[in-house]
Amino acid sequence: MTTVSWSGEPGTSRGPGPFLSVRDLSVEFSTEDGIVHAVDNLSFDLEKGTTLGIVGESGSGKSVTNLAILGLHDPAHTKISGEIWLEDQELTSADGTTMEQLRGNRVAMIFQDPLTALSPFHTIGRQIGEVYRKHKGASKKEARDRAIEMLRRVGIPQPETRVDHYPHEFSGGMRQRAMIAMALVCDPDLLIADEPTTALDVTVQAQILDLLKELQQQFGTSIILITHDLGVVAGTADNVMVMYAGRAAERGTVREVLREPQHPYTWGLLSSMPRLNASVDVPLTPVRGTPPSLLNPPSGCPFHPRCDYTKLAGPELCFGQRPSISPETGHGDACYLTLEQKRELRTAKTEDHA
Amino acid sequence: MNETLLELKDLVKHFPVRGGALIKRQVGAVHAVDGIDLTVGEGETVGLVGESGCGKSTSGRLAARLLEPTSGKILYRGQEISHSSRRQLKPIRSEIQMIFQDPYSSLNPRHTVGTIIRGPMEVNDINPPGGRKKRVQELLEIVGLNPEHFNRFPHEFSGGQRQRIGIARALALDPKLIIADEPVSALDVSIQAQVVNLLQELQRDLGIAFLFIAHDLAIVRHFSQRVAVMYLGKIVEVGDRQSIYERPRHPYTHALLSAVPEPDVSSEPRERIRLAGDVPSPINPPSGCRFRTRCWKAQDKCATEVPPLVRLSGNREGHLTACHFPDAPTTQGEDVVLDPALA
Repeated sequence: MTTVSWSGEPGTSRGPGPFLSVRDLSVEFSTEDGIVHAVDNLSFDLEKGTTLGIVGESGSGKSVTNLAILGLHDPAHTKISGEIWLEDQELTSADGTTMEQLRGNRVAMIFQDPLTALSPFHTIGRQIGEVYRKHKGASKKEARDRAIEMLRRVGIPQPETRVDHYPHEFSGGMRQRAMIAMALVCDPDLLIADEPTTALDVTVQAQILDLLKELQQQFGTSIILITHDLGVVAGTADNVMVMYAGRAAERGTVREVLREPQHPYTWGLLSSMPRLNASVDVPLTPVRGTPPSLLNPPSGCPFHPRCDYTKLAGPELCFGQRPSISPETGHGDACYLTLEQKRELRTAKTEDHA
Repeated sequence: MNETLLELKDLVKHFPVRGGALIKRQVGAVHAVDGIDLTVGEGETVGLVGESGCGKSTSGRLAARLLEPTSGKILYRGQEISHSSRRQLKPIRSEIQMIFQDPYSSLNPRHTVGTIIRGPMEVNDINPPGGRKKRVQELLEIVGLNPEHFNRFPHEFSGGQRQRIGIARALALDPKLIIADEPVSALDVSIQAQVVNLLQELQRDLGIAFLFIAHDLAIVRHFSQRVAVMYLGKIVEVGDRQSIYERPRHPYTHALLSAVPEPDVSSEPRERIRLAGDVPSPINPPSGCRFRTRCWKAQDKCATEVPPLVRLSGNREGHLTACHFPDAPTTQGEDVVLDPALA
């Protein structure tokens, strides 16, 4: 069990704290093959007006965590434990109506693929306006005006004509802008962006990331940015959490994590990426092996089958006991290596690459 | 440089767009590839980068002669194969192989790994010494898979392992040239590096030439000796790795490089160029320079005259740029010639 400094009784309201607080969240799916432990004892906080980048590979539980925040899981096959606090509201125990009022209104989401997330049968304007009408009780005319305003805000040229177009008449980057417009139409406090730029080209990706930052500065929205690309996090997020096999491997400010990464998995991710300014003669250093199956996660530290330092840290610990993230606040990581060992290993690595 | 293996000369591929109510007539064409010149030498790795829709995949398919060009020439070892028949192509097919992007859809789910890798040998009626099964196991070992797994089906493997199967299949006929179309973009970061390293080892050990098609500039830089940058069916800049990444002259190359998100939080912020808008439609590409609609340097001349792909003053040998108003050259290095006649 992860121990966290946490005051307040479960299920009751609490005093001022972080804007969003996830405590000991576990999500399990029952499937034909068995129980998938998609998220395992995850805790994190998000302060108002900041961006948290969640980084991980496919199957690390980063998307599932956020679907749980939005209550978008299939209740028949999902078991959720732990707590999710949005200011003074607990979300895992909230009923369907409460979540419905929350979604699209206070909490909104941007999906990876705008073409599948938008309905091909309805105009962009109608899809944006629908959310506004539902939550704000606006008339059709008001909703349309609002849609035009939103399209203008996200930088779509000629919004008055574009509002009546269908998604197929938009390019990839424009569709993603329209999705952002839809997500922001009710001025949400929390925006969850799940791989918002993965389907886009680099030049358009840069535009969209700039747009998100601009909108955040204007409206003070808190953002959770889910991505597999540490480069995207570096330019966009304030804090970052690296996830592996449903658990947090490392968290801290972007500067801390990228400058002085502590967890061997974060090292692996960084050394796997070719850089524009690195020497080309040195082969990349990938993480060996493949991510574990979450049907049957490894014992102890979930990263131990792929880790090079289990001997150093103590095999009985790594193989036998789940490491919890420490220290409890600030820059922390879930690894049994001592700080001294990590510093030495990291220096050795940078010297190798220099 | 080594002997030229593959040569593309003024290669054009247009896909017809048909319309009309009853009788489908051709109403236009997608200018997927619009006059590109590119060579790949023996044992050389050439990277082809660009955004989606720029024609990089079509170029790769043309080079493998999976598509027939609209006009222009494809030469393989000096022999023209632009319009060769299947029979004429047969001996060449075994020397040019492809690795595809999606390791899920490019392997037949009903065939075992052994059958998949043996496929090319059966088609070409090749009987390696020791038998095909032994060769399959050898290939599995080369790409880092367990040779005992030849009887398994693709679904039993992870994405990275499947891509290795695809690579083993491409290697089955000892090719001279492999066209790798986004071979790692569907894989997770930690797995990407494994596959890139594998391809690099193969390139070194077996001396295979690669046409490496990708949108990820950092991976292309890591893998390729020479790089060509494409935009809307044309090559806008081509040159050795150093020229393209350290001394780019074309504004588009500059913009692409500055848009790459890098996981660095260094004190000095990188130069940022933000392009406005999207890539125009290849059905009706802009006149003159195709990049002019997004270019911050565009002038009247850009709309009327197509800039030729030439060696500019200040470019190294082999570094060609297609721009009327290129970025200023850097004068470092002795092999950079500042020649007003070239400007």
